Amino acid sequence: MNHFVLGFIVVVYMLATAFLGYLGFKHTKSTKDYLLGGREIHPMIMALSYGSTFISTAAIVGFGGISAVYGMGLIWLTFLNIFVGIFIAFVFFGKRTRRMGHNLDAHTFPEFLGLRFKSKSIQMTSGILIFLSMPVYAAVVLIGGARFLQDIFEMEFATALVFFTIVVAAYVITGGLKGVMYTDAFQGGIMFFCLLFLLVLTYIKLGGFTSAHQELTNMTAMVPESLKTQGHVGWTSFPKFNSPWWWVLTTNLILGVGIGVLAQPQLVVRFMTVKSNRELNRAILAGGIFIFVATGFVYTSGALSNVYFHRENGQLAIAAAGGNIDLIIPKFINSAMPPWLIYTFMVALLSAAMSTLSSQFHTMGSAAGRDLYEKLVPSTKRSSMFISRAGIFISILISLLIAYKLPEGIIARGTAIFFGICAATFLPAYFAGLYWKRATTKGVIWSMISGIASSVFVLVFMHQKEAAPMGICKALFGKDFLFDKFPWMIVDPIMIALPLSIIVLVVVSLMTPKLPEEHINFCHKGIQ
Amino acid sequence: MFGIEDPVIYIGYLLAIASSLLCVVYGLLNWNKDGEKPEEVSKDLEWEEKEEEINAQLN
Repeated sequence: MNHFVLGFIVVVYMLATAFLGYLGFKHTKSTKDYLLGGREIHPMIMALSYGSTFISTAAIVGFGGISAVYGMGLIWLTFLNIFVGIFIAFVFFGKRTRRMGHNLDAHTFPEFLGLRFKSKSIQMTSGILIFLSMPVYAAVVLIGGARFLQDIFEMEFATALVFFTIVVAAYVITGGLKGVMYTDAFQGGIMFFCLLFLLVLTYIKLGGFTSAHQELTNMTAMVPESLKTQGHVGWTSFPKFNSPWWWVLTTNLILGVGIGVLAQPQLVVRFMTVKSNRELNRAILAGGIFIFVATGFVYTSGALSNVYFHRENGQLAIAAAGGNIDLIIPKFINSAMPPWLIYTFMVALLSAAMSTLSSQFHTMGSAAGRDLYEKLVPSTKRSSMFISRAGIFISILISLLIAYKLPEGIIARGTAIFFGICAATFLPAYFAGLYWKRATTKGVIWSMISGIASSVFVLVFMHQKEAAPMGICKALFGKDFLFDKFPWMIVDPIMIALPLSIIVLVVVSLMTPKLPEEHINFCHKGIQ
Repeated sequence: MFGIEDPVIYIGYLLAIASSLLCVVYGLLNWNKDGEKPEEVSKDLEWEEKEEEINAQLN
């Protein structure tokens, strides 16, 4: 790979991104522009922005690597990403969110919940949760982008981290959501075409569709013994029922990420950026195709990389990548693909990181500015746009500091944890706000508290992967995790925290007084 | 089927393809439905006037 050519392509890409960020800045005149893109974003830009925000480097490199090790079972995550993350999200959540958000003049997800349930404390609690938890997720994405720049320009990791942060911060702070969504659409386009060609060229390289799959099926005897004990029965098979890997795949990756997408604050706000539900109808079309290619194609290519490496040097993909799951996809592309796709893919990885990161910065900043500062200091003389910009600046600094401290190899896991916490904390309240008129303010508050508390409890005391390295359970109870009876130590927190959060919402709502009828009618005005 | 023997995997692929097609068909069938309603436009103007008023007070 010629580093000069790649460096030149990256510089051109950065200039195009800067230009789109400048366009966003020029088109931003009001708070509505800055926080909601003026509620007039084109449906194709909205769909690509939603998709590219949803699909980060973790989805391409992290989950692509997992499919190389464990096989094609991740296609069920693609199914949920499309059916739940696009179809259900847009048709059953998006349309009501847009209309209700418009009725209430909500500019952020916490503000939407706060106004719907007539509670400043719900808005502030949601804002605090986003402000405290999202920087960790942002730091995970930041590390992915910085590692890329570190390799390309042969710079120190710390320098790459600061450089990457400054580039993204520049267009988020100045351009607001318009700058974020214009650049997202450009970056999403690069990701789409790159991943489309990746699978097509993989099949061509391996001699066709059926023969590539058949060769992978014939490699079942090569599954390492250590993976067989985890439930691995071949790369074209789903893991053995009730095995450790079956539980991780179904609860952590498929359900945690597949359902967690419904309550992502940075995605929910996208529904409020379009003029009418007609735009959402049009965005569904593009979103369904984008997610199918961006996830399904890379998961399939990941699994098929085993055939390529086996033919070339008799190795499995994980061995060819030196045992590092995150290096499998880059290694496969560098070895098997033509130079033009190698360069494009590197830019696609950068796009995936930047599009997700910019939305995270914007969401954290608006939570700090709009949902916290403006509520705590209602008599402020500063404009809402200035406060949001200051909030974004502070959030970026916090994310940068966390990124310095996080351990390596945390990309996919960090993403799944954040998605799970969002689902347990926000999803019941969000769904009730849209569909259950009997839900009460106290019901929502206690649901959110139980969702976050039970998620943290499971992570600290039950889930082996986090509880053991944290050591809190060991210090208090003398063992790494509380329940060593299978499968409790590997069941994802979402399986416990989400049902608990739903039960608390229903029980407390039925025990507390209803919200005023006229307020409920005002919220639901124009919603059939 | 197509070199994949486990039905759970190819059912997963079929569902993923079907979901993607569902999004395409839904988008095409509803391409011109649910346009902007007049009361939303008037409400937008109302919010904008309110914001201009606040900005004028601040500056």
